Amino acid sequence: MQGKPQKKIKAAKKMRDLMTTYYLEAMSAGQNNKQIAWITSGGPVEPLVAMDIIPVYPENHGAMIGSSKMGEDLCIKAEDMGYSSDLCSYARADIACSVVKGGPIGGLPRPDMLICCNNICGTVLKWYEVQARFYKVPLFILDTPFCHTGYSPEAAVYVRSQIDEYIGFLEKVTKKKFDYDKMALAGKLSLEGQLLWQKVLNTTAHRPSPMSAFDAFFFLALIVTLRGTQIPVDFYRELIDEMEQRIRDGISIIPDEQYRLLWDNLPLWYQLKWLSSEFSEHNACLVADTYTSAWCGAIKYTDENNFLDSMAQAYTRIYLNIGVDQMADQVLEMIKFYNVDGFVMHSNRSCKPYSFGQMDIMKIVRERAEVPVLMIEADMVDPRNFSKSQVETRIDAFMEIVKQRNK
Amino acid sequence: MIYAGIDIGSITAKAAFIKGNKLLGTRVIPSGYNPLNAGIKVFKGLLKKTKVLKSDITAIVSTGYGRASVDFADKAMTEIICHGAGAFFMNPEIRGIIDVGGQDSKAILLDRKGHVDNFAMNDKCAAGTGRFFEVMANALGLKLNQLGDFSLKADKPSKISSICTVFAESEVISMIAGQEKRENIIAGIHESAAARISSLSSKIGIKEPVMMTGGVAKNKGFLKALENRLGFELIMGNLPQENGAIGAAVLASRL
Ligand code: SF4
Repeated sequence: MQGKPQKKIKAAKKMRDLMTTYYLEAMSAGQNNKQIAWITSGGPVEPLVAMDIIPVYPENHGAMIGSSKMGEDLCIKAEDMGYSSDLCSYARADIACSVVKGGPIGGLPRPDMLICCNNICGTVLKWYEVQARFYKVPLFILDTPFCHTGYSPEAAVYVRSQIDEYIGFLEKVTKKKFDYDKMALAGKLSLEGQLLWQKVLNTTAHRPSPMSAFDAFFFLALIVTLRGTQIPVDFYRELIDEMEQRIRDGISIIPDEQYRLLWDNLPLWYQLKWLSSEFSEHNACLVADTYTSAWCGAIKYTDENNFLDSMAQAYTRIYLNIGVDQMADQVLEMIKFYNVDGFVMHSNRSCKPYSFGQMDIMKIVRERAEVPVLMIEADMVDPRNFSKSQVETRIDAFMEIVKQRNK
Repeated sequence: MIYAGIDIGSITAKAAFIKGNKLLGTRVIPSGYNPLNAGIKVFKGLLKKTKVLKSDITAIVSTGYGRASVDFADKAMTEIICHGAGAFFMNPEIRGIIDVGGQDSKAILLDRKGHVDNFAMNDKCAAGTGRFFEVMANALGLKLNQLGDFSLKADKPSKISSICTVFAESEVISMIAGQEKRENIIAGIHESAAARISSLSSKIGIKEPVMMTGGVAKNKGFLKALENRLGFELIMGNLPQENGAIGAAVLASRL
């Protein structure tokens, strides 16, 4: 279909440069007497920033492995090492990559410590234990109890006390005193970055949407990896300006946006291009998703002036650590806010906490929002769990339903 | 005005013509290796059978796995939407469809206007599809169409616990070796497939009356097992195998 010429998002180049610089700095940390901490994607990174430690994210690396279609080989390697094919493909890819130094950047820089927060899943506990043994480095575990309904006073005390332990751990490993002023600054920047990221995502509420969830999957990397620094703050400001300009100029990301969809779960990193054209051929735009918004979902629990204390709650109440009812509420809110015509759920073989409650969420959404829901089965990194022709048929059928409803 | 639907499935190719709300005729042939050829052949065959001229056909919709290969069709649409339209054309009371085809099985929920409201398909697995029954018939030294009658004579259905077709096949082979009655093994096979299909239906909250379509609908033993599982009776279409093609013709009339 030929429509208006699409204008690429200019900020993409800058984003790539920023990520390259970030990884180069991490790679050369040793020469610059800097320490490296590997940390889970939902882990509290601000204390690391305050201590001048470079945080590195195996999950972001996993996404890079997936995007460069190197996931299958690394997953097979991990299976050769004895890991089950049911293990999360980020974990498999990372564990194998440490051994073979493969992947798009030849493996991550060696860690000096590991920080693991189980607010995203239980897999990370064992994964980080494996890596702690492999690299013979200390491991800190922040245990965030699951919030079925609310945040109990007991949980509050329990998690808050671990923040102090975390600081103690960092002081011990770095042999430096914790800098509370720098911490306050990192906290402020973290919150500011999250607010701006939210604002970036909100621009897609405009019809036609100036960017899509596929762009969000890409621009997400900054708020994940450089949260707590000035970099995402500056970058997202520019990105918002560009998006607002696109809105004023009526520039949309897909040529002829007629249908708007919401995406659930991690993307299929190795099929982003195909997936986005699959939808845009139907004039459908994935305008939002539950995944990228997870990095700004706990803003309401964060106190700018008392980041350290409020952080315990904010990190405990993230999207993957709350009950299905609350997840469904968030989905329903997004359906309304972004004004979508359908909901596409990726049942992700790898990510159990994300995929487990999907049937219930699907039911709730169908009842309460009355939008059609599609579930496709795949994996974010391991293409062996994905069948193109099957997913294609489902998307085609789903779009026929969406179109029929909008007639 | 006459409209045509062509459904190229993994095992058979089907064609149907409709005029107004009348079905003019249908035809089924084996798909073979070339989906386009199968499409041409089944279409021409039906022209001949119904004595309709090609120039009388106003529009053609193709569907099924080979739908994109039928280059003379005006539009390709998925089996799901076609099955919905086909069932509604045959019987506007229908709210649910269970279709068991050669390579996949699906459950479809229709709204009162006959529009597809929701659907679920089996994923990346042959269990509960026509292929599954073929493999099992082979392992038991029977023809596919013998399974139904055999299983109705079972006294104590065997328990097939593997979900995977390949594993289920080896399970069946060891049952044969263990001298379990063939009738019981087949009934067990039907029950295991019925369990798969009924979970597809409950996934989408299927509503009665439910029409059974697809080639496997001809297997009486399987139907009985499925009805037991679902807890209600299924409505048999007159032309279960041709339903997708009929729906495609209906949709061609709406182009
Ligand atoms: S299981 Fe899910 S949350 Fe856990 S590491 Fe894998 S992708 Fe992340």
